[in-house]
Amino acid sequence: MALAGLLERARAEAGDWDRVGALPADVVRDVAALGLLGSDVPSRYGGLGRDARELGELCAALGGACSSLRSLVTVQGMVGAALLRWGTEAQRAAWLPALASGALRAGFAATEQGAGTELAAVATEFTRQGGEIVVSGRKLWITFGRFADVFLVLGRYPDGLGAVLVEADRAGVRVEPVHGQLGLRAGGLADVTFDQVRIPAENALATKGFGLSHVVGTALDHGRFTVAWGCVGIAEECLALAARHAATRVQGTTRLVEHQVVRAALGRMLVETESARALCERAADDRGSIPRTVTAKYAAARAAAHVSTQAVQVLGAAGCADGAAVARFFRDAKVMQIIEGADEVAEVAIGEHAVRRHLLEGDRPCT
Amino acid sequence: MAAGAGVVDDGTDESVEARLGRFFDSATGGAALGPDDDYFALGLVNSLLALEIVAYVERVFQVRVEVEDLDLDNFRTIARIAAFVRGKWGSGGAGRPA
Repeated sequence: MALAGLLERARAEAGDWDRVGALPADVVRDVAALGLLGSDVPSRYGGLGRDARELGELCAALGGACSSLRSLVTVQGMVGAALLRWGTEAQRAAWLPALASGALRAGFAATEQGAGTELAAVATEFTRQGGEIVVSGRKLWITFGRFADVFLVLGRYPDGLGAVLVEADRAGVRVEPVHGQLGLRAGGLADVTFDQVRIPAENALATKGFGLSHVVGTALDHGRFTVAWGCVGIAEECLALAARHAATRVQGTTRLVEHQVVRAALGRMLVETESARALCERAADDRGSIPRTVTAKYAAARAAAHVSTQAVQVLGAAGCADGAAVARFFRDAKVMQIIEGADEVAEVAIGEHAVRRHLLEGDRPCT
Repeated sequence: MAAGAGVVDDGTDESVEARLGRFFDSATGGAALGPDDDYFALGLVNSLLALEIVAYVERVFQVRVEVEDLDLDNFRTIARIAAFVRGKWGSGGAGRPA
């Protein structure tokens, strides 16, 4: 199946997937068969080797159909990006081809009861025993955790923070599905408990004390980038749905769009949507800049939330109906303002960047 | 060649230490760090800034930070980052492009 066919099916069926709380297995297989789980993985590791713009446009297209489907690409990409940047050559060779092809599906196991935004507070324990590491802890809200074959797990050694890869079929791994959350309902959410799970030492990533910031930071940066583009897709689709409704809906003898207040709302929606896209394009063209991606994700999530809210308003009762696409986007968009860094956390980081940029004005790379 | 002289090769001839000093001044809200102050131990670095430090070092000094370089001892003070950068510059292939 070509991408266009996949998107068409997703548009038609995303409401059903949301209702039953899962993506159909054959849709996931189609995504993998198209290579979309390794879109930006270099071809030497079995990926499509596409650039940041292409990955972004893919996520916008998927996000405009089904946020859970876009999340599938996000999660796989986060773990792949961390491995690609900070894995050893042996680790890259061992894991990346299987992740890029979808032979193995990944989960990012970070959040805990006592550690969300403040990931340095993770309590999951890593204990070195001979050539093995013993993993114990409980992780929450793992997107596609229900179907993951391998988890990238954040935890702490006696002497500092770290990250390890834990295969889901190892003894002591228990996966509990989570249902009924506000949005991303087909996202295969799960809580996962690791009870004295033994893994080989070569499953440890960036073992030195500084490693966690970077393994996790790279994964989250990749996540923010793809979420940002997914939000552009949400906003563009909601704007299109609202404009179509306004242009065709007639009450009495008046079309909705003849009301100035409706046209003004559509105008605001368009500006927010195009602003978000421009910031995402800028982030794609300067992929090395963490602040640009934080800024793009923040702006795009807010645009998705505002534009989907307005789309529900324009569609009125039709927008509130069971199965209404704009209602699903409205719920999903709210989640986007929280995952991969809540709005408030992004605002503080962007503010710090503003000060830094001011003080470092004129700073440029040496060549 | 500027790399040999241990200064930033962008026309400013600023020392690596001075450039890093400006970065950390701004990143830490004007904490006025000395070359041997451990800003991690001082609690001045959050996880996003830790990632930015590495990105900044790679971009401004044109070096590649590998996973085995992610030792806190390479990054905990301005003097240590400067020594790390000069080590990269001096190691041929891992240093800055010609």
